[in-house]
Amino acid sequence: MKKIIPQGLLWLSLILPAPSLMAADILVKDGESIQGAVNKASTGDVILVHPGTYKESVYVDKDGITIRGVVIDGEWPVMEGEGVRNDAILYSGNDFTVEWLTITHYKGNAIMGQAGNNFVIRYNRVIDTGVYGIFPQFGKNGLIEYNVLSGIEDAAIYVGMCDNVDVRHNEVFDNVAGIEIENTRHALVENNYAHDNTAGLLVFITPGLPIKTTYDVVLRNNFVVNNNTANFGAPGSIVSKVPAGIGIVVMAADDVIVEGNIISGNKTAGMVVTDLAFITDISSDPDSEPNPDRMVFLDNLMFDNGADPVADVKALMLTQFSRSGPDILANLGSAQEPDNCIINRERYTSFGIKKWSECERKDTKDIVSMLIPGGAPSEVVTTEGRTKLLYQGICAGCHAYNLRMIGPPTLTVQALYLNDPQGIADYIAAPHKVRTDYPTMPPQGHLSPELRRDVAEYMLSVTK
Amino acid sequence: MRGRMRLLIIWLCGASASVPLAASEWTLSDVCPAGFHQRNDACYLQSFYNDYGSLQESGVGGLKTGLPPLREGFSAQQIDLGRLLFFDPLLSVDGDMACSSCHQPARGFSDGLAGSAGRHGQAMTRSAPTLWNVGFLRELFWDARASSLEEQMQGPLFAQEEMANTPAQLLKSLQDNANYRELFKQAFNGEPLRLEQVYTALTAFQSSLVSLSSRYDLYANGFHEVLTQPEIDGMNVFRSFVARCAECHTPPLFTNQQIAVIGSPEPDGVALDIGVAAITGDESQRGGFRVPTLRNIELTAPYMHSGRFNTLRDAVAFYTGGRGHAVPKGEHLSLHWHIWEPNLADHELDLLVAFLKTLTDQSFMPVLPQKVPSGLAPVATQILTH
Repeated sequence: MKKIIPQGLLWLSLILPAPSLMAADILVKDGESIQGAVNKASTGDVILVHPGTYKESVYVDKDGITIRGVVIDGEWPVMEGEGVRNDAILYSGNDFTVEWLTITHYKGNAIMGQAGNNFVIRYNRVIDTGVYGIFPQFGKNGLIEYNVLSGIEDAAIYVGMCDNVDVRHNEVFDNVAGIEIENTRHALVENNYAHDNTAGLLVFITPGLPIKTTYDVVLRNNFVVNNNTANFGAPGSIVSKVPAGIGIVVMAADDVIVEGNIISGNKTAGMVVTDLAFITDISSDPDSEPNPDRMVFLDNLMFDNGADPVADVKALMLTQFSRSGPDILANLGSAQEPDNCIINRERYTSFGIKKWSECERKDTKDIVSMLIPGGAPSEVVTTEGRTKLLYQGICAGCHAYNLRMIGPPTLTVQALYLNDPQGIADYIAAPHKVRTDYPTMPPQGHLSPELRRDVAEYMLSVTK
Repeated sequence: MRGRMRLLIIWLCGASASVPLAASEWTLSDVCPAGFHQRNDACYLQSFYNDYGSLQESGVGGLKTGLPPLREGFSAQQIDLGRLLFFDPLLSVDGDMACSSCHQPARGFSDGLAGSAGRHGQAMTRSAPTLWNVGFLRELFWDARASSLEEQMQGPLFAQEEMANTPAQLLKSLQDNANYRELFKQAFNGEPLRLEQVYTALTAFQSSLVSLSSRYDLYANGFHEVLTQPEIDGMNVFRSFVARCAECHTPPLFTNQQIAVIGSPEPDGVALDIGVAAITGDESQRGGFRVPTLRNIELTAPYMHSGRFNTLRDAVAFYTGGRGHAVPKGEHLSLHWHIWEPNLADHELDLLVAFLKTLTDQSFMPVLPQKVPSGLAPVATQILTH
């Protein structure tokens, strides 16, 4: 499952742009619109955003677009939500990159993806912005690195329902949740600095979502310190139920490896491993497997955790005559089972890990990255391919080349309209019944005259 | 010579095609319905979304995301037989209700009522869901208590307050009808008529009701000029993390097929419907319902499980009314975490409505039969007026 990839190759695959024969740079200067540039852009283009203040929400529904801030003498391009705009950047396209932006004061998220494979989100500063800072969802193969995020009322970096994501070299502080990996598989969270959040790193299964599993997650070489900020999550949100003062929370997720982290100064516990019962008053989902399975806890540096635990944890610890919270807390239930393992357990204060077994794995040197070499396959739709897609998506629903379907065969249409694409374009705008043995065609007048003409020409050129 | 060849091919194509409902009075179509291609005598969907994948094969995601699995692979004849059964009141005990009584083509395959009208016109408590794209759904009924269309349809067919038939009576009335005996033979290789064939044929027809060619679908597939700027702005509100509509009404079907407790109100004077909890006994699912699709939502007012809201504007405004604002006093519901306080502006609600109307598409409306094999009057087959 783990891939051993030479670092150089990996970098190349990230740096080389997607198909970009005619790639262009599009400049955006203060007073101009980033969205205006996106609307003009084609696959492979780079939008260069110069220093200035941009008061807009930007959406990217094309493939292979890069938005890159230009920082000059310490002056950044700033996306300013003024507390009234929803999200700063919304993307759905594949092969999307966003970097070198300062984003602040949005109501929703700073950077949000809905699907879109092979995303790169890096070198961004996100300050005091709404719900999530960086939130890719339904994406495969993504890199999130060198971002600094603070003042987020939920998770600063929230990887939700994704596959194959590396989150590294980010700083997250003064948020409710620092970095959250949720209903996601194959994630590497490495070399991040998570401090002064309510909780630092979270690896969750949240019930009630359409993708049900979290597994194969590595938390490695992170600083997870002093996460004691009072919870300021929105009432009803999942993270609003997380007690303050926890370094790492693993809830219901499977095959999580924790190695090489410095975890200190978290006042309730260094790490909590728990089943879904941790989150109360949530509608149950029988399809979500509630138990954390096969946790692997390797060497980590832990000290000064549990100085002032929340009441529930204090009550648990009193059962073993301590008033302090532990470095490691395996919550009542399946988290205490021997499918979980640890090495050098004597180094830590703990609760509930007596039955944990001794790990066979001693390190994670074999795991370099969770990214997919060469990227995830994605159906990049170029401008040239649009007409074919339109024909297949709409026309081919009723017309086959040489067979009767609900509409007459394409061959028949070709014979009727030989050298007359305009005739087809005109007819499909407002079809009338021609053949008694076929139903009337649904009108396509919502397509522009140009589109109707393009697809008519395509229909006349089809040869199979 | 080549021109002649081409003409000959055209003539052959025309000759080989059968004419629906023409040759003998009751002959099933051997042509797949709109949107479906024939392979090995079975019909398979052809759509914009055929070539896209989805994460973990979930059928949810963004604009260019593959669909969840469809109930497909039925024969053209089975689909056509299902079409006739669907509109035939022979299926009800009194001979006055058909599937189409509550799932009317002219009303988005719903009925325009808050609670559907059952036997003898008696008002029931829940709203009839649309059947557009129903073949993609894993669970059916508002409370998700059926896991296949075959299982689902035995609810209304045999419920005393609905079509009130019995399995034995339904089978007998079909077997007693010479037209149906012949049509079932055509659709099922001459096998003796069984109830399972009725369920299969109705499933085949309902699964052919596909709506994936809306103006939204054109936008999603790269034809951005098809939507107006207010509609695009509405889409951005819809998928924003402030309104969060897309978190549960997720493309491409605009449902994530999960259960959600949102705390929407019942019509005045109606007691709280506890939804899924009545099936599972799980109190945390109290007030939980299956997230419905929003495709063709413009056509299926009134809205929510019991039709509390008459307009789309009222339905979207519910979500900005505050978390739990409509939950009855003394009632505790484990509300979904996405029900929050988005503080949407009035103009954003208008934009949402504008976007929702881009999801309307009835281009693959089936041919509505003007007569059915029983000789009874087919139900709700009047021609669309818009």
